[in-house]
Order: sequence, then structure tokens, then C-alpha cells
Amino acid sequence: MHDAIRRPDDRSVSAAPATARAAAHAGEPRPDGAPAIIELRGLTKIFPTPGRDLTVFDNLSCRIQKGSFLSVIGPSGCGKSTLLKIICGLEPATAGQVRFDGRAVSDPPKGMIYVFQQYTKSIFPWRTVRENVEFGLRAQKTVSRAQARERCNQYISLVGLETYEDYYPYQLSGGMQQRVCIARALIGEPAVLLMDEPFSAVDAMTRAILQELVLKIWDKLAITILFVTHDVDEAVFLSTRIVSLGRAGAGIAQDVAIDLPYPRDQIATRAEPRFTALRQQLFSSIFVQEKTGAAPA
Amino acid sequence: MTRRWPGFLLVAILLLAWEYASATKLIDPVSMPRISVIAASWAKSIDGGALLQALLPTLGRIFAGFGLAVIVAVPVGLLMGSIPLVYRLLEPITEFIRPIPSSAYIPVAILFLGIDNEMKVFVVFVACLFPILLNTHGGVRAVDPVLIDTGRTFGVSPLKALWQIVLPAALPSILTGMRISLGIALIVAVVAEMIAGNSGIGYFILDMQRIFRVPEMFAGIFTLGILGFAINFVFLKLEGRLLHWRGTGAEA
Repeated sequence: MHDAIRRPDDRSVSAAPATARAAAHAGEPRPDGAPAIIELRGLTKIFPTPGRDLTVFDNLSCRIQKGSFLSVIGPSGCGKSTLLKIICGLEPATAGQVRFDGRAVSDPPKGMIYVFQQYTKSIFPWRTVRENVEFGLRAQKTVSRAQARERCNQYISLVGLETYEDYYPYQLSGGMQQRVCIARALIGEPAVLLMDEPFSAVDAMTRAILQELVLKIWDKLAITILFVTHDVDEAVFLSTRIVSLGRAGAGIAQDVAIDLPYPRDQIATRAEPRFTALRQQLFSSIFVQEKTGAAPA
Repeated sequence: MTRRWPGFLLVAILLLAWEYASATKLIDPVSMPRISVIAASWAKSIDGGALLQALLPTLGRIFAGFGLAVIVAVPVGLLMGSIPLVYRLLEPITEFIRPIPSSAYIPVAILFLGIDNEMKVFVVFVACLFPILLNTHGGVRAVDPVLIDTGRTFGVSPLKALWQIVLPAALPSILTGMRISLGIALIVAVVAEMIAGNSGIGYFILDMQRIFRVPEMFAGIFTLGILGFAINFVFLKLEGRLLHWRGTGAEA
């Protein structure tokens, strides 16, 4: 299954074992490294509000390398989710451009799939697990019925839901529903997966398990993942690179390469001094902003 | 069914009380004949075919008018719910026509369509239209934007999304509208039959009253009760089948 899912264009990674891949990720933020799959050019987003227009970001630019695991963190209300929605074309930018594979993004492009925080609202309750996952193949018309079924089985077992194929969402736990959404997103083999706080609504244990699952998938399928979270630990644990946004309008506060080795382990990685140091550095900067500039709730 | 016995017991007690009151002339046995007499005439009317003959045209009118209303109201409701311009276009008309009792159309409908089936089907259609339309519209409005965005991220075109995402998501609300309409359809069909024409259960009841065959009149009324109950029962079963994915066990 490993080889069946891997995209053919990914020679460099498929040849290398996971650890070698991780080493290649280490020096990520250098713009002269891997080619950029996504480029943000002077991105500006202004929400018109009655009193005063709210500038979420102003002239934001950033290059995202192919194959990276980039997390976006920042204080609440800084526009993390908005940024992700603009990147995948679900929301228009006020000015500036998102370029995906060299083309400007206006509508949701093929090759990018957004995974929503609210999985209970994103899953199709009238479809079984299999039918939900199969929906991810909609955009591809070249797949035969037999192939579709085979692919479904592959991705259902990739997220560990075999034997649940014929269950309806109401019969599943929250973690399982989000697994369905992830399988549905992956089956079309997108180049980029955008995840908006995907694990914020599941319990801590499930979250730890799903984090490992996402890392496993990222490694196996060699995709680029953009991940929004408010959880600094989660970001450090998962990412090759973390972009920390300042308060609304302030732009990128920090851009940090996470040089922890892969494969990462929930217990060993979190015990490393480097993990703690990175976490501390990022957490304190956000915490300070959150505390000083706390918006009247 | 087994948990419903208290309700059925109450019905049985009320019928027995009626029987007793009528037999002992506590109530006027001419206008309220004994239940046993009504039951006997009911059996005779069914057996002789008079009741069935009256029932079939009514059923035909109900389902024709209701079916047409579903065919028109569901697509229009979907469009109203998803395209603001369509909503702004149709909302004033809807709000104006909706409060008018459907029986008020009967005189107008007679002018244009006569007193036969066309008129009755039309009146049933108009009466069924609005509950389905408004519930479809409401159901579409209530579809979570996340669900729509999910379709968009998978590259589903707006037209396909209407069919693949909006319709199933709004289905519970649409079915509620349909169930309300079915109840109204029965009422309106009977009223229309009483006002004009010479067929259908509405006409049967009125006719029996005019010629003082009171037991037969009651037989007709009870038949309507049974019919309404049966339609609702079948519809709830259908609804439970269509919405089994909700897992709420909407059993009749």
C-alpha cells in the first residue's frame, strides 16, 4: 500500500527513508531550499466593519516549500484560519496574491483540500464512512468503480477505520469522524492539505493519536501540510517550520525552523530539551501578546 | 405499537361511553346514533362499495395536488434558499398569498376550472405548496456553511452541490413540510368536495347528512379519521427510512 499511494512525481522522497527525509527538512526556511509550492505575495485582508475596518494582515509575503509541514500559530483573532481559507481559495483576499504551483489562486484549486475544525459539520451525515471517503474522488472522473472501491479501502485503512466502512457518522466518535474527513481529503491525493485546528475538538488522547497519524500520512504520501493550531506544543511536535503571526495586522512575528528529527514520537520527542526550548520560545512570545493586547471579549 | 395501548384504551372507553349515552338517550340518538349502528352502516357502506367509491376520487385528488406541489415547491424552495435574488423576487408574493386560507380560492378556482377534478386538484396543490416551499427554504438556509465550503474545497460546482449537499442536508426539513401539507391536503380536498361536485368522501358526508342518513354520515367521518391516521403513519415510516442516517429512531 505504501507504494501504491505514493505519488510518482516524488522520486527524491520515496527513495529516502523517513529519517533522511527529516534531515532534508531540517534547514527549512531558507528560500533557496526546496521549490516553493505556495507563495503568498503581498497578501492583505481587510474585514469591513461598521466602525473601523479591521486589517487582519497587511502585505504579508511568504514562501512555502514543497513537502514541508508548516504550522501557523498566533494569538486568538490574529487571522490564522482566515489565512488558511484565503490560501485554498475559500475566501477572497482584499489585495495580493496566492500562487499555487505557479498559478494564482482564486477559486478552490484542484490539488488543495481543506480539513475543517468542525468535523461534525463537515462530514456528510447521510453518507456512510465509505460513501464519505468516496466523495473525495468526485473531482476525478477518470477513476473506475473498481478502482474507486480499492482506493477507498486503502485510505479507510490508512486512517485505521477498517470494519467501520458501513457505519454512519452518528455511530462514530469525534476522533473517528475526523479520521473520515482526513481520509476523504487524502483520497484525491492532493499536493497540499490544509488543516484548520483539526484536533481542537477531540480529547487529549485522541489528539495525540491523530497527531501521529497525520505525521505518518505526511511521511508516507509526501504531501505538503499547512496546519493551523492554537496549541504551541502541537505545532512544535508536528512541524518542520512554524510561522507565528502577531496580533491582527502585525504580520509574521516569528518564522522558526523546527530542527527536531523525524520520526517524532509522542513521548521521546516531547522529552527532548530542544523541544522544550522551542516550545518555550514560541509560547512566551504569543503569551505576551495575548496578555498585553487582550481584546475586550 | 405495543407502547400505544393506553391511547387506544382511551379511544375504546370514549366509544363505549358514546354507545351507552346514545342507547340511554343521554344524547340525542338521531343526531348521535349508537356506535354499533354506525359501525354496522360503515361495514355495509364498505361492503356495498359506496364508501370506497367515494374515497378513491378523494385520494386521487389529494395525491395529485400534493405530488404537483412537491414537484414545484422543492426546486423553487431550493433556489430561494440558495440564490438571494430568487428569494427577494418571490418572498413578497409568497408572504401575500400564504396567509389566505386555501378554501378562499375555491370560488375563484370554480370560475376558471369548473367543479370537477381540475378545480379540486388545483386547490389542494395551492394549499400544499406553501408549507413545502417554506420548509424547503428554511431547510436550505439552515445548511451549515461549513458543509457548503466542504463541497467547494472538493471542487463541487454550485449546481451539483445543490443536488449532492444542499438537498440531502435540507431533507429533514423538506419532509416535515411535506407531512404538514399532507394533512392540509385532506382538509382542503374534503372542503372542496363539499362545496362543489358530486363525488368524493366530502360529498358523501354532506349528502348523507342532507338525506338524514346520520349513521352513514358518521361512517364517512370516521373513514376520514382512519385515512388521515394511515397517511401519517405511512409517511412517518417513509421518513424514518429516508432519514435513518440521523439515528434518532423516528419510528411511528
